[in-house]
Amino acid sequence: MTAELHEELTDPHGEQLDHGAASSRPLKSRIAEPQPRGAKIRGNRPVDQSEAANRFMAATEHEAMHDARLWDLRQKRDKEMHGIEEWEELRNLASGIKEHTLSKLDYYLELFEKNATANGIKVHWAKDGAEHNAIVLEILRSRGVERLIKSKSMLTEECGFREFMAHNHVEVIETDLGERIQQLDDEAPSHVVVPAVHKLRTDVASVFAKTIGSDPDNADAHYLTECQREATRPLILSAQAGMTGGNFVVAETGTFVVCTNEGNADLSANTPPLHIASIGIEKLIPGLNELPVFIRLLSRSALGSPITQYTSHFRGPREGGEMHVVLVDNGRSERLGMEKFWPGLKCIRCGACMNTCPVFRRSGGLSYGATYAGPIGLIIDPTFNVHKYRNLPYSSTMNGSCTNVCPVKINIHEQIADWRKTLAGDGEISPVKKVMMKAAGEVLASPVVYRASLPLGRSALRHLPHFMLYNKLNTWGRKRDIPETPKQTFNEWYRKNRKSQEKSQSEGENS
Amino acid sequence: MSGSRDAILGAIRHNHIQGEHPRPAVPLFDQAAPADLKVLFQKSLERMGGKILIPDVPDPMAPVRQAIVKPGPVVSCVPEFEGDMKITPQTKPTDIAPVEYAVLRAAFGVAETGSLCFTEKQLHVNTTGFLPQHLIVLLDPAQIVYNLHNAYQRPEWLQAHYAVFQSGPSATADIEGVLVHGAQGVRSLSVLLQP
Repeated sequence: MTAELHEELTDPHGEQLDHGAASSRPLKSRIAEPQPRGAKIRGNRPVDQSEAANRFMAATEHEAMHDARLWDLRQKRDKEMHGIEEWEELRNLASGIKEHTLSKLDYYLELFEKNATANGIKVHWAKDGAEHNAIVLEILRSRGVERLIKSKSMLTEECGFREFMAHNHVEVIETDLGERIQQLDDEAPSHVVVPAVHKLRTDVASVFAKTIGSDPDNADAHYLTECQREATRPLILSAQAGMTGGNFVVAETGTFVVCTNEGNADLSANTPPLHIASIGIEKLIPGLNELPVFIRLLSRSALGSPITQYTSHFRGPREGGEMHVVLVDNGRSERLGMEKFWPGLKCIRCGACMNTCPVFRRSGGLSYGATYAGPIGLIIDPTFNVHKYRNLPYSSTMNGSCTNVCPVKINIHEQIADWRKTLAGDGEISPVKKVMMKAAGEVLASPVVYRASLPLGRSALRHLPHFMLYNKLNTWGRKRDIPETPKQTFNEWYRKNRKSQEKSQSEGENS
Repeated sequence: MSGSRDAILGAIRHNHIQGEHPRPAVPLFDQAAPADLKVLFQKSLERMGGKILIPDVPDPMAPVRQAIVKPGPVVSCVPEFEGDMKITPQTKPTDIAPVEYAVLRAAFGVAETGSLCFTEKQLHVNTTGFLPQHLIVLLDPAQIVYNLHNAYQRPEWLQAHYAVFQSGPSATADIEGVLVHGAQGVRSLSVLLQP
């Protein structure tokens, strides 16, 4: 091992470096603890996010580390935001550019296809995940590819790509460290940017000891990273094909752009003779003037780093090489027609909404049991399967923080509320919620009953024993203390303090 | 599959978003650009984990020689410096794997992010940018632009098939947020400002 072991890397002036996904302050897990696993998937039955979240919260070391790390990323993001005077203008532009492109998506897709084809890229179209997988397999088979190296792509997670290729005897090697950890542990990524963020270093040490032969007692992050580099490099050098995703697709130049911190997309794309890129049709933007808006926002929003270490632009195959782009729909064109939910297509997969979400930080991404976790998952997952993911829109405090940090200004929390309405309208609502909503509905429907209920609820909250508020039915009480209840309702206070003063001027206006 | 192409485009046209969504004009946001971009570039590069080599006027390549401290093949893609491994038209991408140091010239730099732009023209073989263990990069200070908006006005984007912004060395923090340089690409990146 030639690892250059340092605990914290510093710049030439002795300041701790915190670029990329690095924490701005040392956060080290103190104890080893068995890793809580994600949601239990039972066919098409609705995923029980809160059940999996409970198990994650019970693993206190995992929960504390996860919460601290993601909150640190959120704080790094804020610091970056304050350093850019035009930040809000960039968000407005990003939102406007995405809306414009989505409104003319057919035009921009054809424009990209024309320009990319002229540069020597072979463009394919896939309606869904199955067709995507079949297209890629056909390309690989016809060229005798047995080993494919790959950089991280959420789209291929959507398509179940790795499982499909394993079934068809093509070896797929993930080259992003976090994604490789997850692949070796046979687990899905838990976060769109930091796929193994739910794992402690000891979890990684145990996965690597079992799979790539590292020392099970050495959980040093530098050592583990170095072991992975040494183990993966021969596979990279011997692969016959490489695969990447695409963060942005520039229609006017026929370029696609991939952002990584490790340089693994460049390795995957440039080392073997064949490069295949799988790209969702919503990734289009018009031209090069628009691209910097997104490059400036992406890594700052995701990790609080000014840019990813590598921002790679592919416009055509290299000499003697071959390049394919598979444009994948997989439900996106249908989503365009959903009046309330199409703005979810603006998403650039930065994960800022996850980092800021109190539910996500405490329950871990695998608790959602879906490709997309966190706030963006709550509004995207039901478009794939409304029944299976019907509980997810309730995994939110509705604090609106996700909307506030979104670099493309998706109204995430409003869409969560809209999904709750839509699900209730479709009869996709769990029995417990049905009973509670019916009772709440009756109370809220009548101002008289509502007012009468308030002082009761207030005094009940003050006097009820702890076990009654923090029980299994009340998922809200978990990991959360209810704020101290006020001594009187606003209406009582108003009647006492103001109503007497106003009485002479506006009789009865406050009823 | 042309059937799917038509089906996808047809569905997009059918599900057209309502309302006007004009293409916004994007400003360059460069009013506050300092006259000398070197200081900002250095600060940004160091933040991303890169190093600036101190220039030597009488012997411009001395800092490059001094930066080469580990044994192993050195490949040079610049005429100013001679390496001990040559890139020829027959060089394959994987041939770069044993290289310890690569000496390259960047097409240009970006002060906002400390980024260096390389295209196939500077790299000769694309893998020269990330298969070596370490990179030493020459950058003409006159080729530093202020921000990313300025950067995307450059001609390289319409000339190259492959172009990369490299901002510091390869990095990961996928294990407990601990920063490690050299995840898959280069372990270190040093820049000499040299016309």
